[in-house]
Amino acid sequence: MTLLGNLALWLALLVGIWGALAGFVGGLKDRPDLARSARHAVFAMCAALLVAVVSLEWALFQHDFNVEYVAAYTSRNLPVFYTWSALYAGQKGSLLFWATVLSVFGSLALVLTPRHHRALLPHVAGVVSLVAAFFISVMLFGQANPFQRLPYTPLDGNGLNPQLQNPGMVFHPPMLYLGYISITIPFAFAIAALLSKRLDTDWLVAIRKWTLLSWLFLSIGICLGMWWAYVELGWGGYWAWDPVENASLLPWLTMTAFLHSVMIQEKRGMLKKWNLALIIGSWLLSIFGTFITRSGVISSVHSFTQSSVGYFFLAFLIVMGTASFVLYTNRLPLLSAEAQLESMVSREASFLFNNLLFIGIAFSVLWGTLFPILSELVQGTKVTVGPPFFNQVNIPLGLALLALTGIGPLIAWRRASVPNLQRQFAVPGTVGVFTALILLVAGMRDFYALMAIGLGGFVVGTVVQEFARGARARHRQYGEGYALALGRLIARNRRRYGGYIVHTGIVILFVAFAGMAFKTETEASLRPGESASIRSPYGWTYRLTHLGISQYDALNRQVTAATLEVSRDDKRLGVLTTEKRQHVDAFGRPTFQPSTEVGIRSDLREDLYVVLGGVVNGTEQAVFRFTINPLVWWVWYGGMIVALGGLIVMWPGGSPAAKRAQAGYAVRLVGEKP
Amino acid sequence: MNAGTKFAIGAVLIVGSVGYLMASGVKQTGQYFLTPTELTQKIAVDPSFYDVGMKVGARVVPGTVSKDVATQTLRFQVTDGSARYPVVFHGLPPDTFNDSVEVVVEGRLKRDGVIHATNVLAKCGSRYEAVPKA
Repeated sequence: MTLLGNLALWLALLVGIWGALAGFVGGLKDRPDLARSARHAVFAMCAALLVAVVSLEWALFQHDFNVEYVAAYTSRNLPVFYTWSALYAGQKGSLLFWATVLSVFGSLALVLTPRHHRALLPHVAGVVSLVAAFFISVMLFGQANPFQRLPYTPLDGNGLNPQLQNPGMVFHPPMLYLGYISITIPFAFAIAALLSKRLDTDWLVAIRKWTLLSWLFLSIGICLGMWWAYVELGWGGYWAWDPVENASLLPWLTMTAFLHSVMIQEKRGMLKKWNLALIIGSWLLSIFGTFITRSGVISSVHSFTQSSVGYFFLAFLIVMGTASFVLYTNRLPLLSAEAQLESMVSREASFLFNNLLFIGIAFSVLWGTLFPILSELVQGTKVTVGPPFFNQVNIPLGLALLALTGIGPLIAWRRASVPNLQRQFAVPGTVGVFTALILLVAGMRDFYALMAIGLGGFVVGTVVQEFARGARARHRQYGEGYALALGRLIARNRRRYGGYIVHTGIVILFVAFAGMAFKTETEASLRPGESASIRSPYGWTYRLTHLGISQYDALNRQVTAATLEVSRDDKRLGVLTTEKRQHVDAFGRPTFQPSTEVGIRSDLREDLYVVLGGVVNGTEQAVFRFTINPLVWWVWYGGMIVALGGLIVMWPGGSPAAKRAQAGYAVRLVGEKP
Repeated sequence: MNAGTKFAIGAVLIVGSVGYLMASGVKQTGQYFLTPTELTQKIAVDPSFYDVGMKVGARVVPGTVSKDVATQTLRFQVTDGSARYPVVFHGLPPDTFNDSVEVVVEGRLKRDGVIHATNVLAKCGSRYEAVPKA
């Protein structure tokens, strides 16, 4: 099967190079035959890459340990579920996964794009082919071929890193990859628009849906990553500002900025240059992220092995960055704005500030991530910045952004009047102030947390006001019941009300992040029967009694489990188990370092998070770390609501005419009187 | 004053505060990242370079690790091939810590010549790849 896989890779590479040539030449010289050929090249490349994926999966499931990749990431006793996910567990396989998914997305984009955007498609095919061909050539020429054979056949493979043997890990990387990879499609459309000089507002519609899709995947991927880090890594948090995490956040920030500023371009014909720059920048950041995770230039706990692959990405990043920049500056005269900013107190202005803040956050994250390299270049010594830097910079910026989340939807387009502002801000403003006051009276003293939750109240106030007004208007106009009116309101204005649902999810996330300001932690060394206690920020006290250690063998691991009895204010809540696992291969030899299974007791208010640190040799005395993480579940709920809102916004349907009508309706409703 | 100018003022305010936050953030939270050799050089040049928060990236010297689970004390030595420093750490080391791993030790070098670590990060060759078999 590796022969077939190799053949498929070479075929895909050749077809990809042809697709790029035919696409660009066909587009520029207006040759329909070449354009058609480029389109078919993308489909053929997609088919060849799928064959390569099937070959690799076949080798994985056959336990063909003569294949280096199979031996490195699987073993005979690895559960089937994880054998499948070994496809993207390692550097080489994930490159194949990248190229394949890109070709699938590319094919879908070519098939699904409506007829009137036809002129863009040859270039889109060209960009997709070029990028995919790059990934394939990294595999073939960068010593990263997943079909590489070993000179001998090991009896068993290394197995998958136990930290990857977690259900979250089966979904988190593909989701993140889907997000990363699909940014290539809007980028391809942007380049296509620049090359073909079709820079009217129309092509934006084609781009927007794809940006939304990749934003959605990236959002879900980031949330799943936080969840995985939280339940699997055992350090008691979900976000550490690690370079690899930052790399996934950067394109998310710029795409979120784009999804807002694109509305200004659609409604007012402004910000064309800015929007194109955001799309190109997002794509470059996604390649930059791939470079960071694979090169080892910045030390991170997550990264793949250091390898020469990083240089391929760096070169690609520089070449593509330069080429896009040259093309972009060349087309700047075609991108002049159709309107001017009329007032500071307008929707446009609030969106501009929103964009500046997003870019400011992205820039500071990028700066902090690259700081070790930059400081070494400038000063000769490496200086690193860690979570305190990112928190210190981004909490104020994030809060300003949260405030704008509430302000934006309340201000009219073009120019808002004073009575209009009073009418719009009265209720949400009051809700926000009261939320903060209630918490202050209840004893909360953390400034940022109060601000976050107070502003959260304000934003939720605006969202509820918007929904209530819209539903009431429908109730009056069509005599619909309130529930039906609300349902139809969302269904008829998916973009707008889906967006509000996303905002609600973001508020919930901010509140959850604020909760982490009240995290408490303690460590204790306990003999069986002894207990430790930890006080929750809510005022009650948990008591944890060590019941004892048990040791047993499971499928592919030896487990040392500690069981604790948990009670809160002397009321028994149940038992929690935390484990140390030593993974073994089929012959009982240890593989990998031991890993920890965290014991978590969650409710809506807080998580009790218990980690077994170690057992004193030959006894049942064990060391534990107990952590109370307030409001953690809200992160997961917030993430789900964001995803739900994103889905509503994206949901297909409605004719273009209806969409235009909706847009007009939206402007009127937010503006003065309907 | 037209809206464009007002917006420009707002933009300058935002950009300025981002810049300020970043500069002060680096100043207040930046930490030297040194190898043991660089640390030795630093001290030779500036004898007061003790008790400064920093990170040291090095390899654990095999056979120097002593772990006392009961008191949660971990002692080991780190080296980059030439200079060598003892480290003491109270707390739970990460799962990936063993006696030949690359580590990043966060802490302060005290006058006793020992790095008192507040955090130890272990970096296996890669999180996603297996430990090479001996």
